[in-house]
Amino acid sequence: MRRVYVNEEWCLGCHLCEYYCAFANLNGRDLARTLKNVRINPRIKIEERNGISFAVSCRHCDEPLCRKGCITGAISISDGVITIDRDRCIGCYTCILSCPYGAVSPSDEGPVQKCELCTKNIYGTPQCVTGCPNAAIVYEERW
Amino acid sequence: MKYVIIGNSAAGIGAVEGIRQVDREGSITIISDEPYHTYSRPLISYLLYGKTTEEKMKYRPDNFYRENGVEFIAGVRAEKVDAERKTVTLADGRGIEYDKLMVSTGSSPFVPPVEGLDTVPCRHTFMSLDDARRLSADLGKDKHVLIIGAGLIGLKCAEGIMDKVGTITVVDLAPRILSSILDDRGARIVQKHLESKGMKFILGNSVQKFEGSKAVFTDGTEFCFDVLVMAVGVRPNVKLLEGIARIERGIVINERAETTAPDIYAAGDCTQSYDVSSGMNRIMALLPNAYIQGETAGINMAGGDKCFNKAIPMNAIGFFGLHIITAGTYNGNVYEAIDEEKSTYKKLFYSDDRLNGYIMIGDVEKAGIYTSLIRERTDLGSIDFDLICLKPGLMAFSAADRKIMLGGVRK
Repeated sequence: MRRVYVNEEWCLGCHLCEYYCAFANLNGRDLARTLKNVRINPRIKIEERNGISFAVSCRHCDEPLCRKGCITGAISISDGVITIDRDRCIGCYTCILSCPYGAVSPSDEGPVQKCELCTKNIYGTPQCVTGCPNAAIVYEERW
Repeated sequence: MKYVIIGNSAAGIGAVEGIRQVDREGSITIISDEPYHTYSRPLISYLLYGKTTEEKMKYRPDNFYRENGVEFIAGVRAEKVDAERKTVTLADGRGIEYDKLMVSTGSSPFVPPVEGLDTVPCRHTFMSLDDARRLSADLGKDKHVLIIGAGLIGLKCAEGIMDKVGTITVVDLAPRILSSILDDRGARIVQKHLESKGMKFILGNSVQKFEGSKAVFTDGTEFCFDVLVMAVGVRPNVKLLEGIARIERGIVINERAETTAPDIYAAGDCTQSYDVSSGMNRIMALLPNAYIQGETAGINMAGGDKCFNKAIPMNAIGFFGLHIITAGTYNGNVYEAIDEEKSTYKKLFYSDDRLNGYIMIGDVEKAGIYTSLIRERTDLGSIDFDLICLKPGLMAFSAADRKIMLGGVRK
């Protein structure tokens, strides 16, 4: 299936992916207007240090430990995309305990959040990739 | 192929999902002594808290049994397993034949034989939906609740009923709360937080006897209460396989979730298995392991080949907004960071270039990266350990490792 992959050597550390993520998941139409005075809490996050930077978001694992460990059954997998039913999640953070990438995080709107490949917002395809100016993140099939 | 699963919680459901990955045709029967659609047992405290409902507590959607072709025998206890005839006898006398059997009978509250316990008019345990309903019916703003056991179950129960009762007092023989997952320092932080919400503690003490609604402690002090909750611990339900498979503290299973008896598998709280963080066999009664063991059993029951050899103890738990995540075994050298003001605490345990365990309180971001280091027995010499101690992140790994993790490069 298609996934978001990272080309670390191309990452500029510009954080635009984070802004596009936050903007898309607020279902905004205009990035600047939607995010004005908003402290963003994106589902994709840049790690950076000593000139190295890269974006980290959910890997949509074939063997997702977050889903297997979820105590409520709120995390499900459909066509390879792992999503969280916020209505059933009670915020125990077992998914944060389980994810080897640190890709599930506390959310401002519900108990937890992770990348759902923009399948639940108005865009339908990953906006972090759309917003990346240097193809440091791509949405494609690799194997 | 006839698959029979005893138990309708995480391990049993995992077995169904495991079987169906391999075999869409074989018949599956689930036997449960509870009359309910599969529900998440750890959510009973959230139910009393008002954070979930019985409808939302369902562990899988309403159509789960139908979609997976499962015959669900609800509200009937499995009384006996005949391994020779490959039959399970139910409490109503029915015999259910199997080709492959899964035992996921869970655990039961352990109630110690305290003198006078039977004189207590209002006493409860806290493990099942029925327990939660019964306890809920006995609560009231004028009630003084005494909880025996400051472990995960006792304290989640306390949190769940806090705003529905007059007072809550929690007693434990151990000198600290959550003694199975926290050290002294961590326990003090959490205890302070719980006390700030009105909970009271009596630690390093135990009840010598009950006289009706009065508890007499070993040091002679007396305590009057209205509602008693016994939450000192749980015991694995192993009886069905006594004399059939090897049982130590729990039903012994290997990494394929097989018991020592042919065609009989087991998973979840009723089992003991290998803990890679300590190198010991132990009971790891926690939901993620139960599900993965169940799924492993299911795949192998259906003729697949699945191995789960990465079980470790681990817990994510929170009280009134303060989150705690712990994993592994607390052995070896220690890295410690504390901010008392923000109630954040982190402690890592490592030896021989391996992370053995950790405790995180308050700031639990990316905790799973530490869990993964323990589970995978990652060589700490292959990562920037000083960096990862400060903050869990993928930056501490080599660029080549990151190509595998983030770039889709195969190992």
